[in-house]
Order: sequence, then structure tokens, then C-alpha cells
Amino acid sequence: MRTRELVEQAVNSGDVVLFMKGTPQFPQCGFSGQVVQILQHVGVPFKTFNVLEDGMIREGVKEYSNWPTIPQLYVKGEFVGGCDIVREMYQAGELVPLFEGKGIALGDKAIG
Amino acid sequence: MAMDSEEIEKMIKAALPDAKVIIAALADDGDHYMAKITSEAFRGKSRVQQHQMVYAALQGNMGGVLHALALTTVVPEAN
Repeated sequence: MRTRELVEQAVNSGDVVLFMKGTPQFPQCGFSGQVVQILQHVGVPFKTFNVLEDGMIREGVKEYSNWPTIPQLYVKGEFVGGCDIVREMYQAGELVPLFEGKGIALGDKAIG
Repeated sequence: MAMDSEEIEKMIKAALPDAKVIIAALADDGDHYMAKITSEAFRGKSRVQQHQMVYAALQGNMGGVLHALALTTVVPEAN
């Protein structure tokens, strides 16, 4: 399967998909770890891909979104941003409305 | 390999001539920086588009030579 189709499949494999370095339990990069914490704080379920385990996905996702770094957050198949933008949206209280606006259920004490 | 802050600022200003650029090193390894960039060119653009404009100005160095750039983009106050 070509890289683009592989990435497309991964991007659409869940409502909220995070491409990161490492795993939520063991993030291998501070920026990836920050996004995991924010998503957990907001209380939204999310799926992750550890790009350190798949070089094709690691490079393919950068091309797919025209975004040169990891982490990358996708909601309903749409690129939302990397660490800076997710943090900015969280601090501005824009994440919860984004998820709710896309019909994504949140935990009962969702903040951010 | 690394970049110094003057080089980063020069590249950004080459692409965004009106930009006000504030850069600080996050570590002294030459590839971890934070930057706040204010430019009229960002007006009306999404955050993703604004950041992509900055990455384009860095001509492929972002994510390679330049490992981390914690970025804040700002649209100047309308006067």
C-alpha cells in the first residue's frame, strides 16, 4: 500500500488520532507528552500512533499535512495542529468546543 | 548541525519583511528555540496556516536542522 493511503487510513482510524513519539505511558519527546496531557485533561478518548516504530508513517504524515514536525493531532480526519497550536487552543478554551462541534463525547469534567 | 537565532530571524524576515521576531534559545544546542512572530501577513489566516508560513520561510530546515521551534504567531493590533 502506498504511504499516502497508509497515512490516510491511520488518520481516519479514529475520531481523535495523535501521531506522537513514544506512547501515552512513555512519551519519548516533551512536545508529544504535552499533547497527551492536554487530551487527557480535556477528557477526550484518543488513539495514538508511535511514529518511532514506523518510519513510513513518520515521514508520510508530515507530507500529508504539510507539517514538518511530530506530534500531529487529527480530529475526524482533519489536521488540527502540533504541540504549540493544541496548547494555544487549550489555553483559549477552544478544544472542548472543537470536539463538541464535531460530535465527540467528552468526559463529564471536560475543561479547556 | 544547528542554526543560530540570527540566521532564523534573517530567513523569517526575508519571507515576511514586516515581521517583528522575538527568538530565545530553549537549549544551547542550536536546535531548540522559541519564537514569537508578529506580521500583518498572518491576518485572516488560521493558526495552522500562519505556522506553515513560518515553516516555509525556514526553507525545509524545520524538523531537520532545526529540531524544535516553539512558535507563537501574532496578528498586529489593527490601528
